[in-house]
Amino acid sequence: MFNFESRWLELRRLDELAAGDTKIHRLNPCIKIMTTAIFLIVVASFSKYEVSRLLPLFFYPVVLMNLAAVPFSIIAKRVLIALPFVVFIGIFNPLLDHTPSLQLGPLLVTNGWISFISILLRFILAISAALILVATTGMDAICSALLKMHIPRVFVIQLMFLYRYLYVLLEELFRTLTAYSLRSLRGNGLRYQVWGSLLGQLLLRTIDRAQKIYQAMLCRGFDGEIRLLRYHRLTKKDIAYVVGWSVFFLTARMVNIPQWLGALLVGRH
Amino acid sequence: MSHHIIEIKDLEYTYPDQTKAVKGLSLRILHGESVAIVGANGAGKSTLLSHLIGVLIPSAGTVRIGDYPLNKETLTHIRRSVGMVFQNPDDQLFMPTVFDDVAFGPLNMGLPPKETEERVMAALTTVGAVHLKDRPPYKLSGGQKRSVAIASVLSMLPDILVMDEPSDGLDPYCRRQLINLLKTFQHTKIIATHDLDLVVDLCERTVVLADGKIIADGPTLQIFTDDALLQTSHLERPLRMQGCPICNPKAD
Repeated sequence: MFNFESRWLELRRLDELAAGDTKIHRLNPCIKIMTTAIFLIVVASFSKYEVSRLLPLFFYPVVLMNLAAVPFSIIAKRVLIALPFVVFIGIFNPLLDHTPSLQLGPLLVTNGWISFISILLRFILAISAALILVATTGMDAICSALLKMHIPRVFVIQLMFLYRYLYVLLEELFRTLTAYSLRSLRGNGLRYQVWGSLLGQLLLRTIDRAQKIYQAMLCRGFDGEIRLLRYHRLTKKDIAYVVGWSVFFLTARMVNIPQWLGALLVGRH
Repeated sequence: MSHHIIEIKDLEYTYPDQTKAVKGLSLRILHGESVAIVGANGAGKSTLLSHLIGVLIPSAGTVRIGDYPLNKETLTHIRRSVGMVFQNPDDQLFMPTVFDDVAFGPLNMGLPPKETEERVMAALTTVGAVHLKDRPPYKLSGGQKRSVAIASVLSMLPDILVMDEPSDGLDPYCRRQLINLLKTFQHTKIIATHDLDLVVDLCERTVVLADGKIIADGPTLQIFTDDALLQTSHLERPLRMQGCPICNPKAD
């Protein structure tokens, strides 16, 4: 039987990490959001068949994970959870695009495969950057920063509740699954016949709980405004952070760093 | 501040599915009183409590808390003076750390960070949970969760404390600590519970609900010796008022 409870605790690790206090945690949330956004734009801007030039960008998540003491496994696990979706998006490229691009001995690599790998790399970069942002900033701080950046409140509140209720939903799900597996006597897996009623139950119970939590928030004066204890002023460090990374991202975009490094190593032709 | 009198007149509430949960209920609770609301399951206890903090708005009748009648415009005032401790602390604790959770109320009241911190520490000290301040609430034990839930309400300095089953799910030691803690509070207390021994300890006045109406309202000890009343409302005498069948087997 799965240990649902431990998975559930594992899920909240991101929030626990966000309560940390490292150089990265102390940066202004607006700055971190901006840096992440620039990173994502740069990652998305590469051409469809680009692989090698994406690699230097892995420097960003790796450095951040180290500085912010975010364990690699936590980010990696979550990236893996989302991986199937991207595989489905990209898997048709190798099937449809047969233009040969590279011959490696007996192995013919087509453009389709190259673009598939490129999609995977971009995806890993993007998701890990977003996860690191959440793990070093915390959803509430992100939301309040978004409000400061004049993102319409409707969207920000949606985002905040989506994140909060995600946990409520998962918690209910794990509880339901535990109850099911205890009485189904069939080990793992759900019979497809029960999926419908189980999902319906889950929805109703989640709505119920979500309402109670919302009421508890209202009782304590929640009015749509997000107020936080940690206030961040914009410091020189923050500016240096965003400028420093932007220079790196743009360099990685403009200059072919792997080629340049290779040339440096073997001497120019 | 004026004295916080709670005045409920002819309160009626019908849920959207047409269940009539409260049918013409009138109640007056004075400043500093400690009142227990008891009754069978489904008697309307939780519905009544929900009206005191404006989670529900009456279908008919009025609720007045201090100077304010309960309506949409006065909700903010009412929620400042009434603190509600929910039956399930998991519903009440939603922030990533205990400290943030206790700070949620004061921050929403618009207090500056420094004052908020003072209030949070004071509330956590009162319930004896200062050492938990950096822990995530969902990892606490039942008793700790309850303490933090109470702290999260105390930090808003309410005049009236409303509690739904405060001793629910607590072990005897934690329950006793909770009772001792509540004894020290000077607030007006309204406690809905099935734990009648707790009522004997904490509340001088008891209101018995049945089928959405008040069927008895009076001094706790007087109510708990009225066996016919207790039976009709699915209750029985608190254990300590029953005589011990083990020490004194012939007493029965």
